[in-house]
Amino acid sequence: MSKPLLEIKNLKIGYPVWGGILRHKIGEVKAVDDVSFTLHEGETLGLVGESGCGKSTLAKAVINILKATVPGVRQEGEILFHTEKGPVNLLELSRREMQPRRSEIQMIFQDPFSSLNPRMTVGSMIEAPLRLHTAQTKKERTDRVHWLLERVGLQASQASRYPHEFSGGQRQRIGIARALAVNPRLIVADEPVSALDVSVQAQVVNLLQDLQDEFNLTYLFVAHDLSVVNHISDRIAVMYLGNLIELGEANTVYGQPAHPYSRALISAVPSPDPRKDHSDRVLLEGEIPTPLDKPTGCAFRTRCPIVKDECAASTPPLEQKKSGQVAACPYT
Amino acid sequence: MATNQNANSTEHGGAAGGKPLLSVRDLATYFRVEGGIAKAVDGVSFDVMPGEVLGIVGESGSGKSVTSLSILRLIPDPPGMIERGEMLYEGQDLLKLSYKEMRAIRGNEIAMIFQEPMTSLNPVFTIGMQIIETLRTHNPEMTKQEAFDRAVLRLSQVKIPDAEKRMKDYPHQFSGGMRQRVMIAMALCCNPKLLIADEPTTALDVTTQAQILNLMLELRERREGGSIILITHDLAVVAETCQRVIVMYGGKIQEVGNVDQIFYEPRHPYTQGLLESLPSTQEAKKRLHTIPGNVPFIMDLPTGCKFCTRCDQVMDRCHNEEPPLHQLKSGQLVRCHLAEEDSTGFADAPAMTNVTPP
Repeated sequence: MSKPLLEIKNLKIGYPVWGGILRHKIGEVKAVDDVSFTLHEGETLGLVGESGCGKSTLAKAVINILKATVPGVRQEGEILFHTEKGPVNLLELSRREMQPRRSEIQMIFQDPFSSLNPRMTVGSMIEAPLRLHTAQTKKERTDRVHWLLERVGLQASQASRYPHEFSGGQRQRIGIARALAVNPRLIVADEPVSALDVSVQAQVVNLLQDLQDEFNLTYLFVAHDLSVVNHISDRIAVMYLGNLIELGEANTVYGQPAHPYSRALISAVPSPDPRKDHSDRVLLEGEIPTPLDKPTGCAFRTRCPIVKDECAASTPPLEQKKSGQVAACPYT
Repeated sequence: MATNQNANSTEHGGAAGGKPLLSVRDLATYFRVEGGIAKAVDGVSFDVMPGEVLGIVGESGSGKSVTSLSILRLIPDPPGMIERGEMLYEGQDLLKLSYKEMRAIRGNEIAMIFQEPMTSLNPVFTIGMQIIETLRTHNPEMTKQEAFDRAVLRLSQVKIPDAEKRMKDYPHQFSGGMRQRVMIAMALCCNPKLLIADEPTTALDVTTQAQILNLMLELRERREGGSIILITHDLAVVAETCQRVIVMYGGKIQEVGNVDQIFYEPRHPYTQGLLESLPSTQEAKKRLHTIPGNVPFIMDLPTGCKFCTRCDQVMDRCHNEEPPLHQLKSGQLVRCHLAEEDSTGFADAPAMTNVTPP
């Protein structure tokens, strides 16, 4: 295994719930509930889960934008980012201290239509991080922008165009060029291909893999499309209502899921094979509870096909399974 | 020859003969936009047989949603207009009906569910009121009590727990999956013969999607003769639920076949490209096969074959001559010059475009 790049330790993130006449904090939603895992240099970790699981919150915590975007958010635990000078807890950094780290951790967003500023040219958007993080001259920046555009499969001449002149897939490439501009070590990709047509998804997935090989990038790939995640990831982490409930090699988690929720999730994925037998599909009863109403003990117990009385007592820890992964269920 | 794989083959109603429930012939729906006319649907013909699940698959701009909105005449005019065509439902041409006559069809004979349940349900009325309204509009002799009871029955049929209590709830009090169930209940409350589902599960989580698709198929079995047109970009959903598939691109039908043919013997380069670019069909981590380029803007569709600018098997002739929809011995329809040698005829309107399910 290569060196650790990012270590998440006992991360807890609570979103405030406002209420009452004076609109003070009356409660909290445990968006991320005691999650720990390590991301290694050069790997792609796929983070999957359904509504309310906390994967997007976790992604935002890694790029450290929650304090600025969610007033009253509570973050506990550590997000250790390994720099040349040693590990640094991102959650403890001030805004000024975080600034230089931002060139090392970049993000690609889901919606290619709202993640680009419609009033800026494509070239100036890609140039912006260079102006912020480097001391390059204008000429150097322009050359870099042109190089990036070509590297992501667009043309240098398109730098003077505006986002609305591009298709969804092309805009996503622009977002990738922007993320790549300052040579990041880690890219957090939050559903980067979900909004794209199938034929374009494949192009962007290939691009992401090529760039990873070329620049030794590490990806935290948040997505709900399990077939894409399985394709691109080295390891897969599954979350449910704020808890990390399974983590392991992609093939193992996808092929032999250990946690009852992962099993239901993976068996629910439709496959483009009309002759595939789905009689063993696990159809869950009911709906995902809202995070506001998170069940005590094992969060999945209200829908679990093998639930036992003991499941309400405490949150099960991640245990090593024979097939290789860890899963938070003692009964599988 | 397609083999009889599917254990459900006896349920395919209208297989091999039988009158179609809906016959669309040469439908063309255009939009007047800045810069000219956008031909969103340009000459589409197909049949829907009683009891079948027909999938219409395509990416953005293919015309699949506009086709379904045209069937129910929900195209805003202006800027849209149904330029030509014929849509025969039980002998009547839907395009010739008056507004009142069409209203009697919508919701009653042909119903539709949409992708975003939140925007298709009225947020200021309770679920109960909305279902009752639908019932009483189409069944004016029904009393309030009868309508109430029927609505509760429908809600429990779509597995909404505590159905009677939830009649008093508003849409925002339901989760996404529940709202989609409510939409299905509303769509089916008057026993329509045809349900058009436009991306019904795209906005839902995977496990919820599995529940909803399962529900739709279960309900269809109970409705004997009820057909579904499922419109989606998700090929996997099509593989699991549909018996016949229409592939659209650039406002036209490019390929039609039963589900086995489309997935195992696709003849159109676009269909082949789509299937090859799916990650689940490829070896993990290897480069995915891609269709180069992008879907052209609707105003910039090429003359000749609409797919010629991206086709890896393109020939000179494709740029100038749009292929007709060739009918093959297997029953598949393919709009491609490469299919010419196996062609047994053309299937463009007004001829039959029906294909027997496996």
